[in-house]
Amino acid sequence: MISIEMHNVSHGYGGKAVLSDINLRVRPGEMVGLIGPNGCGKSTVIRAFSRIIPPFSGRILVDGRNITKLPRPEMARLIGVVPQLPILPSAFTAFEIVLMGRNPHLGFLQYEGPKEIAIAWEAMERTGTELLAERRVSELSGGEIQGLLIARVLAQETKAILLDEPTANLDIGRQIEILDLIGKLCSEGNLAVLAALHDLNLAAQYCDRLVLLHQGRIYAEGSPWEVITSGNIAEVYGAESCVYSHPVNGLPCVLLKAGNGRLPGRSDTHNRGIEAG
Amino acid sequence: MNTAPPVHLLHWRGRVYGVAGLIILLAAVAAFATTVGSVSIPFLTICSILFSKLPLIEVAPQWASTLETIVIDIRLPRVILAGLVGAALAAAGATYQGLFRNPLADPYLIGVAQGAALGAVIGFLLPPGWHELRFGIIPLLAFTGALLSTAVVYMLARVGKTLPVTTLILAGVALGALLASIVSYLIISSGEKIHGIMFWLMGSFSMSQWSEAIVILPYVLVGLIVLLLYARSLNLMQLDEEQAQQLGINVERLKLVLLGAATLITAAAVSFVGIIGFVGIIIPHAVRLLWGADHRFLLPLSILTGAIFLILADVVARTVLAPTEIPIGVITALFGAPFFLYLLRRRKRVIF
Repeated sequence: MISIEMHNVSHGYGGKAVLSDINLRVRPGEMVGLIGPNGCGKSTVIRAFSRIIPPFSGRILVDGRNITKLPRPEMARLIGVVPQLPILPSAFTAFEIVLMGRNPHLGFLQYEGPKEIAIAWEAMERTGTELLAERRVSELSGGEIQGLLIARVLAQETKAILLDEPTANLDIGRQIEILDLIGKLCSEGNLAVLAALHDLNLAAQYCDRLVLLHQGRIYAEGSPWEVITSGNIAEVYGAESCVYSHPVNGLPCVLLKAGNGRLPGRSDTHNRGIEAG
Repeated sequence: MNTAPPVHLLHWRGRVYGVAGLIILLAAVAAFATTVGSVSIPFLTICSILFSKLPLIEVAPQWASTLETIVIDIRLPRVILAGLVGAALAAAGATYQGLFRNPLADPYLIGVAQGAALGAVIGFLLPPGWHELRFGIIPLLAFTGALLSTAVVYMLARVGKTLPVTTLILAGVALGALLASIVSYLIISSGEKIHGIMFWLMGSFSMSQWSEAIVILPYVLVGLIVLLLYARSLNLMQLDEEQAQQLGINVERLKLVLLGAATLITAAAVSFVGIIGFVGIIIPHAVRLLWGADHRFLLPLSILTGAIFLILADVVARTVLAPTEIPIGVITALFGAPFFLYLLRRRKRVIF
């Protein structure tokens, strides 16, 4: 059971900082939602945790260890990533893609044996993608590929999972299915889960804690009720909204108001941020 | 839930049969290729001669010793060299295509061929005294040129600690163009040596000897083993580099190892036989069409197919206009291209 943490992390591309001074911690069995507008740095947090680019400053810890010192295969046994809209090699079958999740568990001279095949197959069954197994990736829809990526991360059997917009290509039924599954994995397997989510309602329903990013900094953090307020939404997204209590589970729900978009009078609407709900 | 995992999903059986069948075919083709030539020798005699050379097998010689010389010292090294070069080029092509995720990649994409050509042309233009070294100065200079130009491309393409594939290809193409223009200039100012140079540039096995086959064997063998060991990693590289890293691949190290191995075997191959085109780009695609894109099979199948293809192409090159030899590069494209186009039309699915 591991935690993943960021301490005072600044991160970016080239010389340009995208994230500044981020402090973040995801504990085992906790599902944390990363929310914020386009370009606020959600994906960069995910990429920083998987050490795609080293941070400018600060420390990123996985299981208490600095990730710059972890070899790649070991990283990949601890943290699994579900990327957003990735390119998959079209000539491979769905099953071959899921089986790739087993790579960090295999030695240099090892090939996938019956054990690996069984694990990959079970991952496909759990995500309801087993009927796609023999199909080529080029024949699959965006939603089917998303399911496949979740299956791959299951097959990877990691202790933490990072997801970048896991529901972006899915219809509402599949969104619920996938997030139910992730939530179940998180609590049953005691996994640390960090998910970048666009949909504030889904984020509020599923996450134990939310982190709202704004211009590369943490703007608000806490329980869904603490973070999802119409004040925060107006400030960060520039959209006017009402926040209600969900009639069944009492979690916050966001309803947007039409006709109050920020463009073109940007500073204008900014000042009109209305507290509601 | 919990149905039995379908092991057949990996399609291993067909691919394993493919490897086994191609090994048998390679042996048959190699034996056949030694029978073809200006002196006709019966197939059985050839087989007896070949078997007599294997350890632990005693065959009473019932053939003229000249026949043995022709088979063992003239035809066999040529067949082995053609096989080695075909295997090397096809494997290097498959590796570059996989590593660059680019179906147009071939072993010569990042400057190996142009570097080798420049080295060889300089070798041709050196005064005669230089040509008395043991293996000839031309292969040595070609090999050096190939490795040097790739090293320069590599250094030009590095950005910090990473090696972006696009930059590598662009640097390779640009440096290749520069070297090619120098080669062209040297060719037109080479006077009566132009024929020899052109023949070398189009590739030929006409100078094949045991010494050459033995020199390139270790390079090709080591390079191929390295490539085969990294086949699973190469599969993961078909995802984007970010996903490969997230699945435990040390991408930058992998690039370095694979580029090194593929470049080494390409350089070893071209330095003795010249720049044989087409094999490195088309054989891997043909194999993909027939057996799929999994590099654990793509690589061995390409190695075998490349060897078979080049041995046969060499047979054609030395027999069709005998005693004149046709440059093998002409044959590979002339016969290979129509066959590949046939495959391409027959299987209309995504192959890359």
